[in-house]
Amino acid sequence: MNYNWNWRIFFEPAPNGTGTYLDMLLSGLVLTIETALVAWIIALVTGSIIGVFRSLPSKTANRIAFAYVEFFRNMPLLVQLFLWFFVLPELLPRSAGLWMKQMSNAPFYTAAIGIGLFMSARVAVQLAAGIGSLPRGQMQAATALGLTTSQSYRYVLLPMAFRIVLPPLTSEFLSTIKNTSVAITIGLIELTGQARAMQEFSFQVFEAFTGATLLYLLINIVVVIGMRFLERAVAVPGYITGK
Amino acid sequence: MIEINHVNKWYGPSFQALKDCTTKVAKGEVVVVCGPSGSGKSTLIKCVNALEPIQEGEIILDGIKVNDPKTDLPKLRARVGMVFQHFELFPHLRIIENLCLAQEKVLGRSHDEAMAKAAKLLDRVGLKVHANKYPAELSGGQQQRVAIARALAMDPIAMLFDEPTSALDPEMISEVLDVMVDLAREGMTMMVVTHEMGFASKVAHRVIFMDQGEIVEDALRTDFFGSPRSDRAQKFLSKILSH
Repeated sequence: MNYNWNWRIFFEPAPNGTGTYLDMLLSGLVLTIETALVAWIIALVTGSIIGVFRSLPSKTANRIAFAYVEFFRNMPLLVQLFLWFFVLPELLPRSAGLWMKQMSNAPFYTAAIGIGLFMSARVAVQLAAGIGSLPRGQMQAATALGLTTSQSYRYVLLPMAFRIVLPPLTSEFLSTIKNTSVAITIGLIELTGQARAMQEFSFQVFEAFTGATLLYLLINIVVVIGMRFLERAVAVPGYITGK
Repeated sequence: MIEINHVNKWYGPSFQALKDCTTKVAKGEVVVVCGPSGSGKSTLIKCVNALEPIQEGEIILDGIKVNDPKTDLPKLRARVGMVFQHFELFPHLRIIENLCLAQEKVLGRSHDEAMAKAAKLLDRVGLKVHANKYPAELSGGQQQRVAIARALAMDPIAMLFDEPTSALDPEMISEVLDVMVDLAREGMTMMVVTHEMGFASKVAHRVIFMDQGEIVEDALRTDFFGSPRSDRAQKFLSKILSH
């Protein structure tokens, strides 16, 4: 293989005039983190609501949750992003569609919301499993004390359920970060996008993607360590992961 | 205080859990409900505070019909204490917080007021030193005493016990029964599902014997132990008293 390795490429100025190639990758990293954070917040909030719906005794709530989860988890993420980005504006009334297409940050919003909803289905299933793993008597005890259903969830079921599903939620958070790379297909120049741009400008494909890989690794390690601390901070003494 | 009139309950379309049950618990009365497993005694007691719905008949608690859709169930349940077989303390809350939660969220007591009440009750069940521990750090007997204190913190007009000692190691049963005997002697209205015939013969005013969803015998304590009328009660007694 005739390849000119050049690890110093990162410190050479990029042709787009915004600084070095490293700066390019770092600006991609920032966008990746922003997209992932917004998506994760959406995933947690809507996933929690749907997860609770899945566990409620109401048949209507179960059906809504079932439809929601199956809709968002049974379609590839890529297809979902295409639907939100290319198809939805065409289906809306002309003016709304036009507004969507002309929005300057459209790829960012589409990616954050699209990935957020895709991940929320997974959060919902995890949380519902966590709630389901609690003894039935917990809800009965809360109810018998006079707590309403929403109070029982808020003060009794959810605090334990979230603790139980914290390790799998860590994985979901990592998936959210990695899934932001799919957004390159709708024109979001996040970390993978910048790595590709760097490769196109400099022809240093291995360096560009090694750099991107290391940066992905870095944020994911930060998340893993952060979640470990969180797990330890909220561990219940004498209970499962607690001491 | 508690009136149960011609109550029928089905699980699913075919299994009848309660068959035309009728009984009464007067204010200050201690009624023990016994019977073989699957006889419907736990179901019956859980119908009293509507943890389980009934299909026919009526249950009246302190003049309020429990199975009336217009009844404010959380409010009504808050006035009846319930103790479960598996304690059902909230594992993520300290012992003292377990006692405060419903006082504050349901009764609207101030935190200080709730804490004072909780401390007094913990002292009463001999667990004041454990106030800041978590449930999993206590023995089963201690947890059940906390559960009784938690129910008492709501100043209940009656207490329901659903096999409070069945999940305990033998050496811990008496510490829980002692608390219950004290409570009975103070004039608390109690409905107790239990196999502890020693407890029944010491403090029960009446004993209800159930079998296959029916109240087979509803007699004064002395009559029940002296000369049970039904065959089934005689057999049951001979089995559990023979050892």
